[in-house]
Amino acid sequence: MHGRDSHVMKLPSWEHFHHESDVGVRGYGCTLTEAFEQASLAMIAVVTDPGRIESRKSVDISLSAPDDEFLLAGWLNHLIYEMSVTGLIFGKFQINLEDHSLQAKAWGEPVDKGKHQPAVELKGATLTELKVCQSHHGCWMAQCVVDV
Amino acid sequence: MVTRPLSRLSEYSWQIDPHDGMRVPGIIYADHKLIDSMDDKVWEQLRNVACLPGIVQAAYAMPDAHWGYGFPIGGVAAFDPDQGGVISAGGVGFDISCGVRLLHTGLTNDELQPYKKILANELARAIPAGVGSSGSIRLTSREMDEMLTGGAHWAVKQGWGLDSDLSRIEECGCMEGADPAMVSERAKERQRNEMGTLGSGNHYLEVQQVTGIYDISIAQVFGLSCGEVVVSIHCGSRGLGHQIGTEYLQTMAISAVQHGIELPARDLACAPVNSDLGRQYLGAMRAGINCALANRQILTDMTRKVFQEVLPNSCLTLLYDVSHNTCKLEAHEVEGESRMLFVHRKGATRALGPGHPALDEDLKKTGQPVFIGGSMGTESYVLAGTMESQQRAFGSSCHGAGRAMSRHQAARLWHGRSVMKELESRGILVKSPSFRGLAEEAPGAYKDVSLVVEAAEHAGLSRKVARLEPIICIKG
Repeated sequence: MHGRDSHVMKLPSWEHFHHESDVGVRGYGCTLTEAFEQASLAMIAVVTDPGRIESRKSVDISLSAPDDEFLLAGWLNHLIYEMSVTGLIFGKFQINLEDHSLQAKAWGEPVDKGKHQPAVELKGATLTELKVCQSHHGCWMAQCVVDV
Repeated sequence: MVTRPLSRLSEYSWQIDPHDGMRVPGIIYADHKLIDSMDDKVWEQLRNVACLPGIVQAAYAMPDAHWGYGFPIGGVAAFDPDQGGVISAGGVGFDISCGVRLLHTGLTNDELQPYKKILANELARAIPAGVGSSGSIRLTSREMDEMLTGGAHWAVKQGWGLDSDLSRIEECGCMEGADPAMVSERAKERQRNEMGTLGSGNHYLEVQQVTGIYDISIAQVFGLSCGEVVVSIHCGSRGLGHQIGTEYLQTMAISAVQHGIELPARDLACAPVNSDLGRQYLGAMRAGINCALANRQILTDMTRKVFQEVLPNSCLTLLYDVSHNTCKLEAHEVEGESRMLFVHRKGATRALGPGHPALDEDLKKTGQPVFIGGSMGTESYVLAGTMESQQRAFGSSCHGAGRAMSRHQAARLWHGRSVMKELESRGILVKSPSFRGLAEEAPGAYKDVSLVVEAAEHAGLSRKVARLEPIICIKG
């Protein structure tokens, strides 16, 4: 599953990559921030179509980590935690990221089983295939495997 | 397919010879067909496990091994704390003590059939399952800590179950040494609405019938006979376990250097057992085990109430409750010497042999029951631990079929509604809030569980006792 045309790379975009038992989530962007936002959408798409989620409520999140890769895992895990305790599902993100720290807002709405048809619960973002890097074209990529 | 070098030790065992920092060999139990379908990542992950400090004898992969995070799923490894041995959050997994329990019902399939539809509806109504489901139980902070210390014991004391259930649960229903203070407030917060919930993904509650007996004498002790209806409950420690795994995985990965550990992969995050972090994780992980045991106990009580209402002649008694994702301190004989080892089982079942002191008197005659879940349309198996399994892999066996393809591939191949209809035409009623979830869990997305079970038996990991086939399946 992917949020972009598989033949023409349009930025920003997201996709899932193969993992035998769980799901790999990957975001691309012109900036590191965009890649993080897209990786977040990729993770939400494991559960439901992000396009079906209305921005009715928001949550503020801030965190820092020793490097950008731990920051990505930490960020995705914060989202999983917030969704678990609030009963919301997020579909839109705005992130400010600097020096392995981020301040972000996530928008969403309460999970509606009929509307969202949630496929599976997110247990956690793992350190497996965890990678944040910039290509020689300047495009950013952020990815990891999420346990479901 | 495993394309990396393996030495064949026997028809059902293969070895990765020690190289590049491996302290012990890696041993995979599987037949040729399973090895052919195994991902190279299993080889890589097993090799990495064999590099960890204090590992004893070998790193093992069960016949259902597949690519996980940190350890392969189906991975078993034991560590000696006196030899610098480690405890690994990646070796236990996020869903701490995820496991299966099997209940007798006292009913035959013929007695159940007229009530099948109403029973399926009532179970689906009573058992909270899937994303966005909440349990009806709310614990205060004090009750939460009591639950984390007491496990299924606590649940029975609260009225969710019978005293007689406890001797049929690993650790008699209560993992000692749990330390709720080592469980973060966030983990406890995540659990607030999740006591007595099933979860989603491959978790299920199934009503099944016994359709085959392979070992009559063990089946008799287990109380299993053809045509009998049983209930399997597969779930784990819910949000609390997931959060413990998340937090300690990250902390262990970041602090590995301080402990002088060079991690072959970050997701093998670990700490020496004899370190503050190692002890903290051990206390938290054991609390996670108790959470899973309490949760399965509460779900059992809910299931009993539904059966009592729909089929008053039923009597649900617990055959056994096994955990898959754990690290336990156990005595094992290594080269003629008894040693206390921290045995990690990640997607692997403890399979103690006959006579083991941890088993109750009846089960000492047979070995520990082992439950191997298939997918929702296929058979499951009951096995028993053997004396050999003690020698083969620290008393461990496989745990399930293992996925044959990713969720994404499955969702492209099947539609949930047609999966449901197809199963219904075979007499299996499936209840789930999500059609996409059903497509991702389609029977064809899993490997052939019977191959896994055959390999486990031939490798001497456990003995085949009975086959179960689904009648009703409640999925998240």
